[in-house]
Formats: sequence, structure tokens, C-alpha cells
Amino acid sequence: MESKENQWSDVLVKSKQGHLKRWLRLLLKSKTGTIGLLIVLLIIFIAIFAKLLAPHDPNQINAAMMLKPPAWVEGGDTDYILGTDNLGRDILSRIIYGSQISLVVGVASVILAGIIGIFIGLVSGFYGGFLDNILMRIVDSFLAIPTILFALVILTVFGPSALTLIVVLGVTNWVQYARLIRGEVLSLKEREFVRAARSMGVRDHKIILKHLLPNVISPFIVISTLSVATTIILEASLSFLGLGIQPPTISWGGILSDGRDYVATSWWLAAFPGLAITITVLGMIFLGDWLRDVLDPREKKV
Amino acid sequence: MGKYIMRRLLQIIPVLFIISFIVFCLVYVAGDPVALMLPEDASQEDILQLRESLGLNEPFYIQYFNYMVGLAQLDFGESFRYNTSALPIVLERLPATIELAVAAMIVAIMIAIPLGIWSATKKNSAIDVVATGGAVIWKAMPNFWLGIMLILIFSVMLGWFPVSGRGTWSHLILPAITLGTGIAAEMTRFIRSSMLEIMNQDYVRTARSKGLKEFFVIHKHAFRNALIPVVTITALQTSTVVGGTLITESVFSWPGLGQLLIQAVNTRDMAIVQASVFIIAFIVIAMNLLADILYKLLDPRITFR
Repeated sequence: MESKENQWSDVLVKSKQGHLKRWLRLLLKSKTGTIGLLIVLLIIFIAIFAKLLAPHDPNQINAAMMLKPPAWVEGGDTDYILGTDNLGRDILSRIIYGSQISLVVGVASVILAGIIGIFIGLVSGFYGGFLDNILMRIVDSFLAIPTILFALVILTVFGPSALTLIVVLGVTNWVQYARLIRGEVLSLKEREFVRAARSMGVRDHKIILKHLLPNVISPFIVISTLSVATTIILEASLSFLGLGIQPPTISWGGILSDGRDYVATSWWLAAFPGLAITITVLGMIFLGDWLRDVLDPREKKV
Repeated sequence: MGKYIMRRLLQIIPVLFIISFIVFCLVYVAGDPVALMLPEDASQEDILQLRESLGLNEPFYIQYFNYMVGLAQLDFGESFRYNTSALPIVLERLPATIELAVAAMIVAIMIAIPLGIWSATKKNSAIDVVATGGAVIWKAMPNFWLGIMLILIFSVMLGWFPVSGRGTWSHLILPAITLGTGIAAEMTRFIRSSMLEIMNQDYVRTARSKGLKEFFVIHKHAFRNALIPVVTITALQTSTVVGGTLITESVFSWPGLGQLLIQAVNTRDMAIVQASVFIIAFIVIAMNLLADILYKLLDPRITFR
């Protein structure tokens, strides 16, 4: 008996490895997918090892080194490759540290949004009727308020902090998941395997967890990747408006906000953090597009 | 048709209800505005009196009832910063925001339609690669950063346009380009895929096989049909556009609703915040409804249910 189980787990592991290999092959076939994955891995690496990678203390104020241009511009210092800000802090080190908050807020809020959205989508789609009607009207209401506006209002009430930001972006973003998952469930519900399970008297929560949930995971992963991208932009926008991450915590939006006042004299303050955001988001979009092509063949781009 | 519009209008009512409830809860949780409304040296008695007169000592449901009665009369309360009713202040700022939004939409359409058609008809050509690649990069750029970079290049370095403010045409150009190109990125992708789908339809093949010139095939047969989803997506972009104006206004010090709102958020002027949220939500809902109706009017194949 035991050996048989072992065999089975062997087969499972093998098929998983096969999956991984197949995925990798598919990934390497797509140029943009490969670039996307590399960018995302690089950013994660930078965020984790920020302490080792940053050449300077990102909060070290240095009056002698104020507003130094990047190294390759006249008057630049090779010690400060991307220049320094109005307080003499190293821009490169600040950007390196800024990646941490962007990733944490982006990923955490998407997970939160996903949990709420999947739950509501599953329930709404599975049970239908009056409950579905109410939940979908709530979804409509959320859609009528632009995300950033909604986030602004909640931040007014609870005050800005990283945690509030995660919660705010989570509770404003669940709507798209709820819609998508509900749509998927509506069509899955009519499929044979769900009908069969129902006719055999399988309980509702078992059908939802065992038959429906696994089938909505791939579309969820696809939107999540793209959603992390938009969330990173949203977080930066809010921090830029002074309503997101507060100093001394370093965020890309915050650095940009500091840099805005010096745009006329010192362009590098605002230029580089924006570039960092663009590259990160681009990586996420590339990866997300590739995931969609692989996981969700129906939505293949024309 | 009339029946359909009627039903859609009725659907708006619960949505407005839910929005009002969410906003009320947030304001309720936000707590006491009294401390902000009185001078710092106000006596305890004054505070209590103001609380009483504002009805803040009532239980939750009575406060909610009073709030809904006020809403029904379009009364969002008084802004303590401006010392007048909030709605007129918000409405006063609306034209500036609409001006920016419309200008941005025009920029977006002028870029997205030709680029979308072009890249679809010449699929995989250099133009297509540049257009789709550009659209992705534009989508990845934070809008406020684009705005700052445009200011850097065109205002600071070249001196062509003013840095900020509103007034002449030249004030409008940079904000409209900032917001408009961002929307264009999304629209170009959409128009392209919509065109590609239609180019494979039988009637397009028929038009070609009967010897029509390519120009006519594309413009008379394909584009007109591709336009249907485009109209919808344009109207559905309202929410994005309005959200975008909030940030663009802040970058260019554009004196619109967004700037007012962000000021109100910073000073916790809840009356202004509420009124702005309502006006914006109302505009978005109205545009979404318009999108649905237009969609059905433009495409006779869709029946009204």
C-alpha cells in the first residue's frame, strides 16, 4: 500500500517537473515573456538585497553633496552615479530602497483584493438570484467611483500609512476579480462535472472549493500579474500626491514628489524614479501578457 | 428602446444608494469634524453646542436619515473651509475639469484611431510593431511622471508652453497630451484588435473579392463596424479619464475638481469630499449608461431585452 502511494507521488512530482519544463520552454519562446520575467526577478532581487546593493545610506543627509548631477554629466561625482537630491541623499540608493515598498504594497494589496474578489465571485456566481443581484449592484457602485478617488477618500479617513494603503488598494480592486470569477463560475456551473457532482448530492461548499475554485485560478493569476502593475502605479500616484507612503519610508512616488520642485534645475531627481516605475511595470505587463497566452488560450491576442 | 432606457435608469437608483451609504459610513468613521471647525481655544461648551447643532450626538441611523434627507435636496453639508454649501463650490470647479477631460479625449481619439487602423491593416509591419510597443510602454509610464517630463522638456528646456495654470490654449496643451496619450495607449490596442477581428469577417472578404479598392474596404466596411466597440470603450473610459484628471491637475496646478478634492482631503473637509465623490460618480454612471444606449443604437443586430 505504502509503496503504491510512493509511486503515485513520484508520478505527481514528475508531471510537475514536466509542467515546469514545458512552461520554461514556452516562456523562452516568447521574447517579451522572457524579458518580463527577468525584469521582475531583478526587481525582486534588488528589493531583497537592497541593503547590500545600495552604495550609500538612502537617508544620509549630506550638505556638501546637495543636488549633484549624475556621474556622466559635468559636475557629477562617480560616487553618486544617478546624482543626489536636495538634501544630498544618493538617488540610486533611494531608488533601490524604494523598490521594497512598491513590491510589498503591490503584491499584498493584490492578494487581499484577490481573496475578497474570489470569495464574492464564487458565491455570487454559484448561488445567483437575489444575493447575486445585490452583490453585482455593489460591484457597479464600486466601478462608478474611480479607484484613485475611492482610495483618496479612505486615506482621508484613516490617515496615510503603508498598511492603510494595502487595505485601501485591496478593497478598491476586488471588484474586477469578483466580476471575472463570477463570469467564469456562471459558465462552469453548467458543465457536466459540476452537474454530476450536484446530482450525486455533493455539498455546495465542496463543489465550490473542489470543482470551481481550481478552475478559476488561472484567470486569477493572469489578472493578478497585470493588477500588480497598475497597483504599483496607483501607489506611486498616491505617494506622489502626498497621501500614500510617508517619509522617512522611501517610495518611488515620494522621491518623484520631492523631485518635482526641482525639475527646472535638477532634472535627475524626478527622471530616474519614474524610469524605475516604468521598467518595473513594463516587466509585469510583459509577464502578465505571456501568462495570459499560456494559461488562458481563449483570450489569446489576435 | 424606451423601456430599456427606463430599466437602466431604474438600475442607477440602487447604485447611488450604495455609494451614498459607503460615503456616509466613511464620514461617520472619520469622526468628529468639530475640532477642525472651531478655533483651537474654543471652550468645551462651544464644542458641545456645535456637536448638538450638527446632530452629531444622534445615533447612527438618525444621522444616516438626516444625511439622506440632505442628499435628496442636494445638500452635502457646509464646507468649513469656504463657509458655504459644498455643492456650488464643486460645481464651480467642474468646467475646468471637463475642459481638460474633453481635450484629452480629443487627443486620445486623434492618436488612437489612425494608429489602431494602420497597425491592424499592416499587421506585423514596422508601424504595427512601433504602435503596439509604444502603447505598452505608454501604459507602463505613470501619468504624473510623463507630465513632469513634458514640463521638463517643453516648458523648462524649450520654453514653448507655460509650466502650470489655466487660461490660454497653450496652458491646455501639455495637460491634455499627458492625459490623452495615456488613454490613447489603451484605445490603440483596443481598436487594433477590434479591426483585426473584423478584417476576417465574411463581408470584408466579399467586399475585397468584388474588387473594391482597399481604401474603401477598410473605411467603409471594416472601420465602420470596428467603431461600434470603440464608441463603447470611449464612453467606458470616463472613469479612467476622471481618475486621471485628478493627478494631471495636481501636476499642472490645473484649477479643477481634482485640485479642489486633494486640498479637501488634506484639510479633511468632508463636505467637499462627499460632494465631489457624488458628482464624479454621477458623471461616470451617466456616461456608462450612454455607452450602453449608443452601443445598441449603433448596432441594429443587438436587440433590446
